Amino acid sequence: MKIAVCIKRVPVMEVKFAITADGSRYEETGLKYDINDFDLWAIEAALQLKEKAGAGSVHVVCLGPNAAQEQIRKAMAMGADSGTLLETDARVYDGLAVARALAAELKDGGYDLVLFGRVAIDSMNQMTGPMVAELLGLPVVTNVFKLDIGGATGRAERVLEGASEVVEFPLPAVLTIDDGLNKERLPSLKGIMAAKKKPLDVKPAALGEQAVVARSMALPPERAAGRIVGEGADAVPELVRLLQTEAKVL
Amino acid sequence: MPTYRAPLDDIRFVLHDVHGVGKLAELPGFEEATPDVVDAVLAEGAKLCEEVLFPLNQSGDAEGCTYDHGTVRTPAGFIDAYRQYASGGWTGISADPAFGGQGLPEAVRFVFEEMQCSANLSFSMYPGLSHGAYSALMSHGSEELKARYLPKLVSGEWGGTMCLTEAHAGTDLGILTTRAEPTADGSYRITGSKIFISAGEHDLTDNIVHLVLARLPDAPAGTKGISTFVVPKFLPTEDGRPGAPNGVSCGSIEHKMGIKGSATCVLNFDNAIGYMVGEPNKGMRAMFVMMNGARLAVGMQGLGLSEVAYQNALAYAKERLQGRALTGTKNPDGPADPILVHPDVRKGLLRIKAFNEGARALAYWVGMLIDTEHRHPDEAVRQEAADLVALMTPVIKAFFTDLGFECTNIALQTLGGHGYIREYGVEQYVRDARIAQIYEGTNAVQALDLVGRKLPMEGGRLVRRFFSLVKADVDAAADDDVLEALAKPVGEALGRLQKATMVLAEKGFANPDEAGAAATEYLHLMGYTAIGWQWLKMARVAQARRAAGEGDAAFLGAKLKTAQFYMARLMPQTAALLAQIQAGAGTIMAPAPSEF
Ligand SMILES: Cc1cc2nc3c(=O)[nH]c(=O)nc-3n(C[C@H](O)[C@H](O)[C@H](O)COP(=O)(O)OP(=O)(O)OC[C@H]3O[C@@H](n4cnc5c(N)ncnc54)[C@H](O)[C@@H]3O)c2cc1C
Repeated sequence: MKIAVCIKRVPVMEVKFAITADGSRYEETGLKYDINDFDLWAIEAALQLKEKAGAGSVHVVCLGPNAAQEQIRKAMAMGADSGTLLETDARVYDGLAVARALAAELKDGGYDLVLFGRVAIDSMNQMTGPMVAELLGLPVVTNVFKLDIGGATGRAERVLEGASEVVEFPLPAVLTIDDGLNKERLPSLKGIMAAKKKPLDVKPAALGEQAVVARSMALPPERAAGRIVGEGADAVPELVRLLQTEAKVL
Repeated sequence: MPTYRAPLDDIRFVLHDVHGVGKLAELPGFEEATPDVVDAVLAEGAKLCEEVLFPLNQSGDAEGCTYDHGTVRTPAGFIDAYRQYASGGWTGISADPAFGGQGLPEAVRFVFEEMQCSANLSFSMYPGLSHGAYSALMSHGSEELKARYLPKLVSGEWGGTMCLTEAHAGTDLGILTTRAEPTADGSYRITGSKIFISAGEHDLTDNIVHLVLARLPDAPAGTKGISTFVVPKFLPTEDGRPGAPNGVSCGSIEHKMGIKGSATCVLNFDNAIGYMVGEPNKGMRAMFVMMNGARLAVGMQGLGLSEVAYQNALAYAKERLQGRALTGTKNPDGPADPILVHPDVRKGLLRIKAFNEGARALAYWVGMLIDTEHRHPDEAVRQEAADLVALMTPVIKAFFTDLGFECTNIALQTLGGHGYIREYGVEQYVRDARIAQIYEGTNAVQALDLVGRKLPMEGGRLVRRFFSLVKADVDAAADDDVLEALAKPVGEALGRLQKATMVLAEKGFANPDEAGAAATEYLHLMGYTAIGWQWLKMARVAQARRAAGEGDAAFLGAKLKTAQFYMARLMPQTAALLAQIQAGAGTIMAPAPSEF
């Protein structure tokens, strides 16, 4: 079983974000970075599949700045065997450009599975996985929260609005992983020490022309303080009125 | 419910910016311990502590260990957590790669130790004692014993203990009576009863390797007649598996104030087979290797608990609305102001913060000195490091645990009545912190070690080295107004410490009770001075980074303010301590027993 996992370096969301003076980007100083949560679950899925098969390899591909080697090393510390960084200093907003660069890298790799997280928690586009699948001409199953691979076919359960769907697909295939499939392992100390010696290839990202650019960014408006309308059953009519007239949620 | 986040920003500041941890990678054997690896290890170690160990802390306290017919069960979840901990390689973090260890510097283990103690002190006792047994065997064990036991201790498959205490022999190990009879095959038969043995029996490992102090039949009286033995719970088979049971049994476990998840056992040795570590009658040497390491680790328990207590007290102080600020409302939209507005609450929290961050800087400095002592190519540099480690070991053990306990108590006070009840978790930190002042040699014994052994050693060379390091930093501060203001109280404290050293040298020599009467105050005087000196170092780095526009300005600004608080509010203790020392032993020794 030869698996590739595409991971993204994203800012840790617990910190306070600031927008640059020209309004074009978020400020980078003071941010911390990690692997996108959904991608962690994709890595975990790949490692479990490899362990179950008792053979195979997990290769990690990341498109991002040079510092993203840190995230690739972390994936290796979790157990991935090798990695490639498609290096770019640009902040890329064009999902298709990213997908093209990734597809070019993955095309000749002979992977049985290419895994993505369902969504990157910074850009929220949800499109990289499906676009790469399209460019590679492979079947794609999105929002996977249950997975079973047997021989040359796979069976996955997908999240739908209020329901789920079971699909079957042939290998090779592209999957995007949702939460609920697993809980990622913590990198072990042994893993961290071993990661240093695993092969990590750095090459420029072939991004090509970008059609989408970010024009401006703004922080969400400050949330007004909560209000207590009363206590007990007496407060219900007023609460309902406010939910209807002010919040307009009822 | 309490929370814990490893203070990684502060840890990195101390390691990288203040102490330049990168230079450890230049020591032979530490080529892989580059700053990026150190950071990655600590970041993942922090997660292990936060996500695996900390969630078992409160439940482990509530459940405790259970004893049943000679077996001991650790609290729910400990077995799984231990498995993850051991299989991840954390049991061998600084152990020799030749025995399967990860070969990282002791300094890195030190930091990890602090985080573990914050997250779950009881849990940390098990791997901590295994590490102690590893160190003693590594330095004094025969090649055969090393080959047989070290790989198992490093992998965490087997655990370790240190068996010193007997019912009538605690501080005074010289009167212990456990016997060791030589046999024809070169092994020994050990018989006797030990009490208070941490991790003496439990369900985390396949085997337990006891390091036992006992007497040979012809041994001289006192500590010069003590030998150290390895006594496994199960005798290892040729292929290294736990084989036949040895004559060791657990008679009961103690019910105690804190660290309830750590089993404290009565161990009965009944003709158990043991193997000598080191030379006959020189067992204290091997045990001292273990004890010195363990004393530093116990110091980290004081710091670790103070840190987690601070985090929870601070969060509470920001949210709890009670009373109005003396100078006028600060939270007009709320029914009252957060209690953080009150000077008394602020002062309590700042005392903890100033201790924690200063103690962290001092501890990591010592951690790096241990690596320098072991590995530096230059003999003179190694000797200097060894001197400073020896001097600082009792200070870290006793000062960190005295202040650690005091700080957990201040944290409890910050929560008022909610601190006293279980839900918020802070009362557990107070209970857990209390033992650290007692075991591994009570803090009184640490003070006697400092005054009676470390001060006179090598004609006073150890303490002179320390004085000159502090003085150099005080003198260097003259180039900056902010630093100069901070250096003044450090210089004064150093003057008091030097004066107290003179007093001890003069009076203590003539009358040992004078030394005994002054010892604890002297140790505290050195502790306040040493931490103040580290604050001066941190302030220098913070000033420089601010001037260069580097780093997080808010973090660095808080560093300087905390340094100023330390000098204004904690350093003055040194004057009172000197006065107490100068008051001498007279009033202490005057009352007859009947007058107490
Ligand atoms: C939870 C727990 C875990 C422990 N774990 C271990 C373990 O793993 N292995 C182990 O071997 N032991 C262990 N101990 C034992 C511990 O190390 C001893 O309790 C400690 O050394 C003190 O001995 P003691 O209790 O006999 O007190 P004592 O020695 O009787 O001391 C009583 C008081 O007298 C003071 N005192 C005694 N002698 C002097 C002196 N010469 N000068 C000045 N003051 C003195 C002491 O400071 C103390 O305040 C543990 C104890 C506890 C409670």
